[in-house]
Amino acid sequence: MTTMVSADTLDISFPEVDYLALAPLLIVFGAACVGILLEAFLPRTRRYSAQLVLSVVGLVAALVTIVMNVGEDRPAFAMSDGSRVDAIVIDGPGLFLMGAIVAMGVIAVLLIAERRVSAGGAFVAHAAVAADSKADAAQARHPGATEVFPLTMFAIGGMMLFCVAGDLLTMFIALEAFSLPLYLLCGLARRRRLLSQEAAMKYFLLGAFASAFFIYGVALLYGYAGSVQLVDINAAIAASGNSQVLLLSGLAMLAVGLLFKAAAVPFHVWTPDVYTGAPTPVTALMAACTKVAAIGGLLRVFNVAFGNSGNPGGPSLAWDWRPILIAIAIATMVIGAILAVTQTDIKRLLAYSSIANAGYLLVGVIALGQALGATLFYLVAYGFTVLAAFAVVTLVRDSQGEATHLSRWAGLAKRSPRFAVIFTLLMLAFAGIPLTSGFAAKFAVFSSALEAGQTSLVIVGVLSSVILAFPYLKVVVLLWLSQPVEDAPAVSMPGFMTGTAVTVGVVFTVLLGLAPQVLLNIVDGAGQFLAK
Amino acid sequence: MGTTYLASYSTLGFLLVLGVLVSIAAFAANRLLRTQAPSPAKQTTYECGLDPVGDGWAQMQIRYYVYAFLYALFAVESVFLFPWAVVYDRPGFGVTAAAEMGVFVAVLALGLAYAWRKGVLRWL
Repeated sequence: MTTMVSADTLDISFPEVDYLALAPLLIVFGAACVGILLEAFLPRTRRYSAQLVLSVVGLVAALVTIVMNVGEDRPAFAMSDGSRVDAIVIDGPGLFLMGAIVAMGVIAVLLIAERRVSAGGAFVAHAAVAADSKADAAQARHPGATEVFPLTMFAIGGMMLFCVAGDLLTMFIALEAFSLPLYLLCGLARRRRLLSQEAAMKYFLLGAFASAFFIYGVALLYGYAGSVQLVDINAAIAASGNSQVLLLSGLAMLAVGLLFKAAAVPFHVWTPDVYTGAPTPVTALMAACTKVAAIGGLLRVFNVAFGNSGNPGGPSLAWDWRPILIAIAIATMVIGAILAVTQTDIKRLLAYSSIANAGYLLVGVIALGQALGATLFYLVAYGFTVLAAFAVVTLVRDSQGEATHLSRWAGLAKRSPRFAVIFTLLMLAFAGIPLTSGFAAKFAVFSSALEAGQTSLVIVGVLSSVILAFPYLKVVVLLWLSQPVEDAPAVSMPGFMTGTAVTVGVVFTVLLGLAPQVLLNIVDGAGQFLAK
Repeated sequence: MGTTYLASYSTLGFLLVLGVLVSIAAFAANRLLRTQAPSPAKQTTYECGLDPVGDGWAQMQIRYYVYAFLYALFAVESVFLFPWAVVYDRPGFGVTAAAEMGVFVAVLALGLAYAWRKGVLRWL
């Protein structure tokens, strides 16, 4: 080991940096930094419009540069001596994941920016003011602070970086870069302050715990492979004579950190509380974008480092981790679906549905390269539907703010048929009814998993989606067939931004259901992770 | 290589065991040799000769977080500045390296500027 720190490593040379490949990340992080400056130096009245324009323009610019990079398949840094620096790897799936996060991020930012549905927006300025104190009541009367925009941009940038990080340290930094803003965003809800703070605290404590697992796993894997780069770890698995104990315990701890963010059972306990307590636009951001980032990270780690996509036919660790991951996927699908049946709050219901969907996505992860395209498709299909669903949830309001208890939703179709039609469509998509994106996505993942030989997983998946369809259809029945309650909540007229979010979500849900081939061609074209 | 890598930790383990043994021996020798004459003054916490004030579980004033904040800001900055200062004048680095460090310091300064504008640095 002493040779690694000898004097010759001091002979550092400067890497060639591919700035176009880094441009999407630089733009998003740059916009976040400029957002902080705006927050510090712009007069209060002009901040909101400036921040909104900056965030949306930044994300659209990032999307353009992602499209410009399509077809690239290499690390963003190159050393002159030919040695590998895999800190950031631009490849097809990575670009697709980044693009999905940015596209959904635009919608989430629109939801976060909405101020017409509730006066002053869904956010307050200070997360840490004691709930229900005088200062807290005072800040609830003012329009929300605009720090949410830079925070959201940092979170989105971190998620993008998480999907293209080719070494575990960069991945850890990305994990923190998107987690820390999310913890804070969870605590900023204008209504139900105590619940919101509780959500932020729980998410922070459990998230910090998961991060510790992740970084300890990285340390053990470094001890095994002598490198944190995913490709080097893969090579070490084939060639290294080091103790397998380091490798397997490192892999287990790394997986705990990743599965926590993906909300897989048994690392899911935070999800219902955090999804319920967080402001609904932030919940939408977490359910759509964070899910993409977490599953994207899992896909890259397991495909590149612990699968054998770089060296088909070579030795692989898959025999060691597959049984455990299969058990986790089955538990996630079944427990998520069964607990969703018992929920009486729409946000909790969507949280358990998000857990169950993490299980379906894990099926795609377990099937490795063969199901990669289908998993990417599933992420986009689920993301846009869940964004639209949470956007609709923000619209059902009474004098106390959002009315999320399902009993309050009874018979809403009589008063707001248009809203009920939209929400019914979204619920049917979640349930996986044909001609919606949900069906196409589940079909794609399950059929690729069958091809990869994961028959038992597919059987459990299909059975659990039958269970999971029940709570969704229960909501539909509640909307259309139940009698409205006294003082039923009203469905607010959506402002332009929430309206756009709902429209885009519904259009994607229908479009991907009717013509899934359009997106399936794109994910097929994205190819595999760069693993050599 | 696996056995040698873990074996290199045996020195550390040996040192740990030795350290524990030495301190046990010292305390045991002390107990055997000393006289026993306890008094209330001897039972109090030793605090550099002063009478100890208050309890061990004192509450910290939350305002001290500013020190933690500034410390993290400047400590992280210097951690990167020192190795950079060693190599920045070598061939192949030059302007690019200076510009990159400028960007890094600017990002950290951004946080400081924000905190300053929001009045965090004012001692209330």
